[in-house]
Amino acid sequence: MFRRPAARGESTVTEAEPERIPEPAVSVVIEDPAIESKNLSVWYRRKQAIKDVSLRIPRRKTTAIIGPSGCGKSTYLRAINRMNDTILGCRTTGEMLVEKEDAYGPNVDPVLLRRKIGLIFQKPNPFPKSVFRNIAFGIQLHYRANSGELEGIVKSALEQANLWDEVKDRLDESALGLSGGQQQRLCIARALAIEPEFLLMDEPCSALDPVATAKIEDLMFELRKEVTIVIVTHNMQQAARVADYTAFMYLGRLVEFNRTRDLFEKPREELTENYITGRFG
Amino acid sequence: MRPKSLRVRKAKEAAYLAGFVLAVLAALAVLGVLLWSIVAQAWPQLRWSLLTNYPLTDSTRVSEAGYASAIVGTLWVVGLTLALSLPLGIGAGIYLEEYARQSRISRVLQAGVTNLAGVPSVVFGLLGLALFVRAFGLGKVVLAASLTLTILVFPYVVITTREAIRAVPQSIRDGALALGATKWQTIRRQVLPAAAPGLLTGSIIAAARAMGETAPLIVLGSIPLMQFLPWGPDSLFVVMPVQIYAYFKTGPAWHGVAAAGMVILLLILFAVNGAAVVLRNRLQRQRW
Amino acid sequence: MSANARDAAERVRPGKILAALEPQWVWDRGEALIRFLLLLAAAFAVFATLAIVISLLSDAAVFFRRVSPLDFYTGTTWDPDIEEVFGVLPLLTGTLIIAGGAALIGLPLGLGSAVFLREYAPPRVREIVKPVLEILAGIPTIVFGFFAIFTISPILQDWFNADFLNGANAIIVIGIMIVPLVSSLSEDALTAVPVELRDGALALGATRYEAVSRVVVPAGLSGIVASFILAFSRAVGETMVVLLVAGQTTVIQLDIFRQMNTMAGFIAQRATGDLAVDDPSYLSLFAVGLTLFAITLGLNLLSDLFRARFREAYE
Repeated sequence: MFRRPAARGESTVTEAEPERIPEPAVSVVIEDPAIESKNLSVWYRRKQAIKDVSLRIPRRKTTAIIGPSGCGKSTYLRAINRMNDTILGCRTTGEMLVEKEDAYGPNVDPVLLRRKIGLIFQKPNPFPKSVFRNIAFGIQLHYRANSGELEGIVKSALEQANLWDEVKDRLDESALGLSGGQQQRLCIARALAIEPEFLLMDEPCSALDPVATAKIEDLMFELRKEVTIVIVTHNMQQAARVADYTAFMYLGRLVEFNRTRDLFEKPREELTENYITGRFG
Repeated sequence: MRPKSLRVRKAKEAAYLAGFVLAVLAALAVLGVLLWSIVAQAWPQLRWSLLTNYPLTDSTRVSEAGYASAIVGTLWVVGLTLALSLPLGIGAGIYLEEYARQSRISRVLQAGVTNLAGVPSVVFGLLGLALFVRAFGLGKVVLAASLTLTILVFPYVVITTREAIRAVPQSIRDGALALGATKWQTIRRQVLPAAAPGLLTGSIIAAARAMGETAPLIVLGSIPLMQFLPWGPDSLFVVMPVQIYAYFKTGPAWHGVAAAGMVILLLILFAVNGAAVVLRNRLQRQRW
Repeated sequence: MSANARDAAERVRPGKILAALEPQWVWDRGEALIRFLLLLAAAFAVFATLAIVISLLSDAAVFFRRVSPLDFYTGTTWDPDIEEVFGVLPLLTGTLIIAGGAALIGLPLGLGSAVFLREYAPPRVREIVKPVLEILAGIPTIVFGFFAIFTISPILQDWFNADFLNGANAIIVIGIMIVPLVSSLSEDALTAVPVELRDGALALGATRYEAVSRVVVPAGLSGIVASFILAFSRAVGETMVVLLVAGQTTVIQLDIFRQMNTMAGFIAQRATGDLAVDDPSYLSLFAVGLTLFAITLGLNLLSDLFRARFREAYE
């Protein structure tokens, strides 16, 4: 009774409009990406956290993912090494190609996938074991090594993480006795010990003071020659400091992707510009 | 350094998983077999007269025996136990949760409560025998049993009371205090009503425990095969579990009656615990 | 303002006329009195424990005047009728064997089920299993004793040539009885371990089983040990099952397929309440009871120690 009569040519059937995801502004095409997601979507039960994201991440460079809280950047990161599998009710569609192989393919075992991909969490999570046993943990999961080999690997991992000098006399003491920054570097060493090809970092410095943060950023700079780094951060200055490329996400979709300097100096999307200049976030 | 086979690692996980699933299934199976074996034994003896007849030992009259005295005895003993233990236990729970939360005193008192909970039930029987039956001179009567069971059940009332009170949001207390209410008024008029469902659940759990206790009452001197109904706190008595045990001990011919008694006891307990679960669910569904 | 709050406000600040009749100190005294009464209630547990200790000690002391403690605790036979020989070792060993055997069954099963519920069980399975475990926990022990007599004993008689009354009956049934306790307490301990630890292990490429067994369980170990000790203590104190299915011995006996007895079972067996007060048989009950109480108290305090260490780490 309250509908107006349809004008000529206008359809009278109303249906829910599927959400139209605007095309992201990808200014740089990455040849031969180390990680590539194709139309990746992730749902937590009914809520869609990642909407159709296609992103290419270059090899042995540092890529930052920035965006306001809740934009899905952590979820995207965790989708790379299938950590979302551990969350009840989480569903993933699309492809996540890690070195050309779909991480969600039928032949891929998450256990082996995660051996190649290290994940550093927001809050340092060393195991309540000794420093040595923390680092050795990953090695002993996947390999049979004698104590000599173990000691060698532990030492080199700690050196790689710039932590060896600080803990070399405390290897058998509990890792929980280290400072926050040291614990985070321990977690990085722990991940490096199994020689991953990728290092995913989920806001690794947000719980740390500036000095510790600087140490970790220096570390990232050294590591980029050996691993592909993807870092999620809400700190844009950090992204500008450490990342070669940056992706901006908003409400679950990819908005823009470019070399870091270009994204910050000449953002193509208005949304990106608003975020960078602090109009929201 | 050799890599470990993924298949072996997965196999280990599968093996342990199978073990765990078996364990859980075993627990379920035990429950099933337990109930079945009792019902099977009890079946020939399940009749209404179980509830109204008195115990017998004459093997030729097995089908005329009953649990009347035991049922009434259980009602008396459990009822009196609740009457004594609930005020005590809830009061203690209020004190520990509202008045002395983190002090050293509260930790000592709480330790006392937890340790009391860990005392074997027979020891309570010895306590009851020495203290209430003999030293106080009460004799082997309902009151002695109830006093003994009160001590036994007390820790459980305290623990459930504390949980119920803890679940009450702080905002309720703050609101009352801000209006000028004293501590006790806040508790009496706001916290306790809010905690009421949890307290009720705790009371029901305490009742169920008291109903099932056998050993302390055997030690205390519950008299099976009573031919009359207990009349009050100063009466000799028998309770269901003890009567069941007595029938059982009398001889194989009586195993059916014993099993039937267990069926009655289990039905009552089932109803009581079911009520507790329903109440708890309703409590949890209440959102502040 | 709700009616209750208004009431409260009026009560505390009576109007001027009332103030003259009921000064503030009455309110304060009232509050103090209530607080005191509640304190007494809370202290009841301590009083009760003291009462237990005193009543056990007093009769046990009389006993120990007639039978030397040394003989009691090292004697290997219990023969009150022929001579006054009261050696508690048969009961002690029986208690340890039965409780120990039950622990061997119940602790792994309980921990296994806690891990399963925590790590592997989908919500629907949890919803079935948890109530079942709770029901199992609420069944009176006499029912389990019955179960042992009618179901377990025949099996043991057939397969192992056991006696009708034997220790293995009790071991198996008590082992099953303590599973819900271990499961629920261990599950609490596992839940208190932060999920980041497990995630960290998974991120390094651990299987769920490896993450649980190498990281989560070791992290929650003191809490789990606390639950183990508590369950063992419960097994030590278990009476009705032993009463029904284990039997009686007067000498040290290690064959679980023959009759055995525990301290708790013994007390319930012998206490008919009709013995004279200074009959050594009657008094011996209290000596045994005192020993039993001391053992379980010690175990519970040990468990508290471990629980405290656990709390330090995670709360």
